[in-house]
Amino acid sequence: MTTVQTFASLAEASAAQGAIMGGGTLLMRQVNEAPHTVPGLIRITDPGLSRVSASGDRIEIGAGVTMRQVMDHPDLAAFAPVARAIGGPALRNMATVGGNLFAPHPYGDFTVGLLAAGAQVVWADGRREELEDFLRGRVSAQGILATVSVVRTRPEQLRFRKVSRTRPKGVSVMSIAARLDGTGSSASSARIAFGAMGPTPLRARAAEVALQGVRLDTDGVGPACAACLEDLSPADDALASAWYRAQVAPIYLRRCLLGES
Amino acid sequence: MPKKPMSFTLNDAETGVFVEEGQNLLEALRRGAGDLSPKFGCGQGTCGACTVLIDGAPHLSCLTLAEAAASRRVETTGGLAAGPELHPLQTAFMEGFAAQCGFCTGGMLMVAKALLAENPRPTREEVIEAISGNLCRCTGYGPIVDAILTAAARMQGRAA
Repeated sequence: MTTVQTFASLAEASAAQGAIMGGGTLLMRQVNEAPHTVPGLIRITDPGLSRVSASGDRIEIGAGVTMRQVMDHPDLAAFAPVARAIGGPALRNMATVGGNLFAPHPYGDFTVGLLAAGAQVVWADGRREELEDFLRGRVSAQGILATVSVVRTRPEQLRFRKVSRTRPKGVSVMSIAARLDGTGSSASSARIAFGAMGPTPLRARAAEVALQGVRLDTDGVGPACAACLEDLSPADDALASAWYRAQVAPIYLRRCLLGES
Repeated sequence: MPKKPMSFTLNDAETGVFVEEGQNLLEALRRGAGDLSPKFGCGQGTCGACTVLIDGAPHLSCLTLAEAAASRRVETTGGLAAGPELHPLQTAFMEGFAAQCGFCTGGMLMVAKALLAENPRPTREEVIEAISGNLCRCTGYGPIVDAILTAAARMQGRAA
């Protein structure tokens, strides 16, 4: 175990050869189950990691910000329903925004919301990359993730739905987030992201194109919903088969876009 | 493996334990501090039986690195009663048959305590949300939710 108090000791952390720990909700499971598979743990206690700061039209969310902090922060109200969909209260006091970015299938619901909102990740060394690019290479990602930068989003712009088999809480069969810009009745542009429908959260670009300029009603969103599977690659797991996921994805996308129960 | 000393406040008492690298808080509490009230259920953060309060907020102790609790205030079910006086939540659980095997009860009590500290008059839906990370395989949850609402009412001086 290496504890790093500030980013200034970054070099020390990098040399320590270990997994960087966020809230522990994923990594500690591995430590409990098979400690020999964890090369070492690096815990960063820099207070900057737990900070949310607004600058211009962007909000910088520290990688160590918890789901509970997201729910309570007035600038992050659009993301509160996404954070609330994750675990119970105890887990939300621990699970972090940064850790969620690395959560394997079928976890990572918060990342789905960030992907729809067009977030960027910022590394401690200043590198900045689109979340979508980060997700493509996250398996081999090296470095310390410092913040997630997101454009200010109003609650009515971001729609989110988590589909699970148990209520009130369960692991995702899929989760869907959509950022819609335009008037209340039609979308001038959209970003749609799915979770648990591929190895990482994925954007449904064909559906985004099909949604441009259409009325937000059952007929208007129909083609977008039909197109959503083009960019997704669902797999079988203990929660649902790939076939089932593919069958219900267009239906849940429609419900998400139209706010249907 | 070398052990490190760690001190924290456990149920208002200054406590010191030795922790191993990677040891979780649940083990430190049970084996180090001898507090057997938080339970090991799954070790995966799924069941909530190990829930404790850290600085007043519920945490899953099986997924909390022990040394991350250093110098912090940890509360467990073992500290709920004041001598022979049970906490109103414990009384309501007992009277309402909200425990059968009792394995989940400690975790349920701790999330309920945190809920009532933050929201003394919760709705039924808010109680259900509060215990949504805690599994019970005996009671079907109804008596647990009722007991928490009863305790909330009594703590407010209201009729249940």
